[in-house]
Amino acid sequence: MDIPHLVKMANQIGEFFSAYPDAELARQEIAGHLQRFWDPRMRNAICENLAQAEAEGLSPLVAAAVRTLAHQA
Amino acid sequence: MSLPRETDFGTPARESDKLVTLSIDGIEVSVPAGTSLMRAAQEAGTAIPKLCATDSLEPFGSCRLCLVEIEGRRGYPASCTTLAEPGMQVRTQTPKLAELRRGVMELYISDHPLDCLTCSANGNCELQDMAGVVGLREVRYGMDGKNHFDCHSSLRQPKDESNPYFTYDASKCIVCNRCVRACEETQGTFALTIAGRGFDSRVSPGESQPFMESECVSCGACVQACPTATLMEKTVIELGQAEKSVITTCAYCGVGCSFKAEVKGAQVVRMVPHKDGGANHGHSCVKGRFAWGYATHKDRITSPMIRNRIDEPWREVSWDEALNHAAAELRRIQGEHGRSSIGGITSSRCTNEETYLVQKLVRAVFGNNNVDTCARVCHSPTGYGLKQTLGESAGTQTFDSVMKADVVMVIGANPTDGHPVFGSQLKRRLREGARLIVIDPRSIDLVRSPHVEASYHLKLMPGTNVAVVNALAHVIVTEGLVSEAFVRERCEWPSFEMWRDFVSRPENSPEAVEVVTGVPADAVRGAARLYAKAGNGAIYYGLGVTEHSQGSTMVMGIANLAMATGNVGRLGVGVNPLRGQNNVQGSCDMGSFPHELPGYRHVSDAIARGLFEDEWGVTLDPEPGLRIPNMFEAALDGSYRGIYIEGEDIVQSDPNTQHVEAALRAMECVIVQDLFLNETAKFAHVFLPGSSFLEKDGTFTNAERRISRVRKVMPPLGGKADWEVTQALANALGHPMNYRDPAEIMDEIARLTPTFQGVSYAKLERLGSIQWPCNDAAPEGTPTMHIDEFVRGKGRFMPTQYVPTDEKVNARYPLILTTGRILSQYNVGAQTRRTANSMWHGEDRLEIHPHDAESRGIREGDWVGIASRAGDTVLRATITERVQPGVVYTTFHFPESGANVITTDNSDWATNCPEYKVTAVQVLPVTQPSEWQQRHRRFSTKQVSLLPKHEKAGV
Ligand code: SF4
Ligand code: SF4
Ligand code: SF4
Ligand code: FES
Repeated sequence: MDIPHLVKMANQIGEFFSAYPDAELARQEIAGHLQRFWDPRMRNAICENLAQAEAEGLSPLVAAAVRTLAHQA
Repeated sequence: MSLPRETDFGTPARESDKLVTLSIDGIEVSVPAGTSLMRAAQEAGTAIPKLCATDSLEPFGSCRLCLVEIEGRRGYPASCTTLAEPGMQVRTQTPKLAELRRGVMELYISDHPLDCLTCSANGNCELQDMAGVVGLREVRYGMDGKNHFDCHSSLRQPKDESNPYFTYDASKCIVCNRCVRACEETQGTFALTIAGRGFDSRVSPGESQPFMESECVSCGACVQACPTATLMEKTVIELGQAEKSVITTCAYCGVGCSFKAEVKGAQVVRMVPHKDGGANHGHSCVKGRFAWGYATHKDRITSPMIRNRIDEPWREVSWDEALNHAAAELRRIQGEHGRSSIGGITSSRCTNEETYLVQKLVRAVFGNNNVDTCARVCHSPTGYGLKQTLGESAGTQTFDSVMKADVVMVIGANPTDGHPVFGSQLKRRLREGARLIVIDPRSIDLVRSPHVEASYHLKLMPGTNVAVVNALAHVIVTEGLVSEAFVRERCEWPSFEMWRDFVSRPENSPEAVEVVTGVPADAVRGAARLYAKAGNGAIYYGLGVTEHSQGSTMVMGIANLAMATGNVGRLGVGVNPLRGQNNVQGSCDMGSFPHELPGYRHVSDAIARGLFEDEWGVTLDPEPGLRIPNMFEAALDGSYRGIYIEGEDIVQSDPNTQHVEAALRAMECVIVQDLFLNETAKFAHVFLPGSSFLEKDGTFTNAERRISRVRKVMPPLGGKADWEVTQALANALGHPMNYRDPAEIMDEIARLTPTFQGVSYAKLERLGSIQWPCNDAAPEGTPTMHIDEFVRGKGRFMPTQYVPTDEKVNARYPLILTTGRILSQYNVGAQTRRTANSMWHGEDRLEIHPHDAESRGIREGDWVGIASRAGDTVLRATITERVQPGVVYTTFHFPESGANVITTDNSDWATNCPEYKVTAVQVLPVTQPSEWQQRHRRFSTKQVSLLPKHEKAGV
């Protein structure tokens, strides 16, 4: 899967939940959204290429959420 | 023999708590106060002769045929305009009345041609009937006086045949005014008037123009109302009166109008809007009423075909060979690339039963959740947004609810074009005095049309919806307009507090966002106050809300507004998505999304999955599958190689055409099931003939959750209904499916889906239609949702931060392109383009503001190139102030227009619904079609040449 494209989509999700005053809650919601709506191959691609994704501009909040996903897997 | 006709009560039904009892010809009858004598008589079983009255229109009292006698009163009042009063003694038949009525008829007939035997209305003419009823035996004045029918008469007008679907023959007109009233009251277009005075008067479209040049939108209401052959469907003139009628549902838009298909054998003579239709009450638009000829168009492909590569000629094969080939290919791909390397797309144009079967095929037989539907590209944000806030992925009201609304807010929707029958109903309510707020970048017709004017038009820049909804919320919260009692009782208070604090921030004030949205702060404040203080405030929205990078956010923003002002849970209020396709609600309900089983239950929900696993005898994948745009990405990446597409033209309808084309070219097995060789089929390896709504049984679910029957009126031209094809494919793949008919499929749906638990074909037969949820708690369905509590329990407010889209204007792409639809054409146009509807809209044009046109040297009708970051295309320009400076607009009904070559793959954050409504572009005059258009033309010609000989002729 195209990493820059996934990064863009993930960051959009992050932007929505960043309106939550509670950052921990935001992180959980982002992880939950990826878990519920992304096909595993998309999730895996971003988990496995997290360094590249961060270099491509994945926001820290989303990166933190992705890390919890990676832990679950 | 002609068809039995429905009872016509003469005047509309009235609602009143007070009953009035009177006697008609000695029979006692009780009717609601305000009911006419004519209607009261019909309720008592007595039909009073009439010509100018019909129960879809307010009485007019012009023909004087309906006279009655009332005990104790002088004269002979017209029963259609006289209201029932307690204790009245009415006589409808006396020698005097008979004489008067004969006199009236005599006058009519003396100016009417006596060609009944050869008249197209023969057997279905109210004038003929009335002549019979009153016992007219002679015309004492003779037929030689001044008249409108004699070919030598100076009053005779030529027949107006300009409209492709109906004719106007003034020589048969009795000037009853029914057509004029139908155009005003039912349709709300005000295209007709009575021109001339006295004996000379005749009906006239516009200023004595032919119908096609007038304001007429060809809805057919006048034709339906006309008691004579004056306004007559051309198909009836050609084919004669039908012999039977079958009640079915329109297959175009989400209004879901009920129709009577009038047929002779297997030939449709005409489609007549059904008076008892819950969504349309006897009205229709030009598409459902007239544009059904595509079903038998010569372009239909009726034999299965296969080929190995898309540059090879198609081979016509038997159904068995095609299905076995498709099955073998799908299994081969899964063998080589894994279980999740294939998937399917269900059609929101097909029936619930068909959609259900396709998702079942994917989940149970393919063994994954790679199933999606075109709702992805239209209302997926509605599903997400309403589920998060209210708890159910559907609109909250019935259409009729609008008749109780005091203020109506229309956001990013164009009901008079996109949902015409609802548009007419809305206009009627507005004429009665409800106020209107329009939030749209374009001046849609509703903003100002005959007898309708919006109190506020917030003409925002495309892409700034969320900023506007936050500003509206800011006003409601900071000016103390929140309905606190409602919020406290019905909603999650902490979520409200979070939202309240968020929208109250100064950066969300109308003054602060004005620079971004382009909407004057005053107007936002005024609109917010109007809506919040409405009494009953109702919001209707369309794709202008959903098809944005923040589509889901905006849907939640709308739900927040409705909850904060207490506008949910009763008649006259609510959050109402105007659904696009006829069955987009149904296809979503039926589990067409990759993360949801039927009834909106997540695939990770083990209990729900267990139900399906038991019923289907398989193990289901608990992980969500690919959505349509993800399928394209995965195809280019090599992990997705086979797809079964039921009735959907993704190449034309999805954004960034060149990307979609590349994805399809990368696949090894593309199976298309469709009526025509559509754009997607040009990239296919297997073609399975689909069937139109006239060729099968099933149900559609409209935007108000109304499940209505679709009934077969002719055999499928390709030999199989769509559900039979899916079933045969499942069998070829080794998973037995043996439904005998769609009713059995519905029974399975009802067994597995709590909101459909009480639905069955038998009940649909009895009730006509049912709005889900339909179960033990609501055995006859649920017209209004969330009445005492929200489906999720407490309503949840969501914060809705405005995030500008990535599609930003710059020096290279200085304009914003937004897209939409027009009344006469339907989406990709595969059907409407194959009808005379193209006479209204024969090409897609680019609307551009005079300033932008002038600075670029563009004149009306010039060819202009439109370039975006994704691609470029060429269209002709229309210069208009409907769009604001900086914004251009086009429709996307014609494949050669390539509107989606320009749209990008930006999408909604939550659902990947594409951002069709915002693309940064440049527009410049050009002299030739774009490179893509030239390539498209060559490719299409080549693909048509690959069809078997006899099919080519048509395409
Ligand atoms: S077809 Fe509809 S719009 Fe046209 S004149 Fe008749 S009622 Fe009016
Ligand atoms: S055209 Fe038909 S409906 Fe209209 S006034 Fe004439 S007879 Fe009546
Ligand atoms: S297209 Fe829509 S409004 Fe028109 S007849 Fe069909 S369902 Fe009704
Ligand atoms: S029907 Fe009553 S006046 Fe014509």
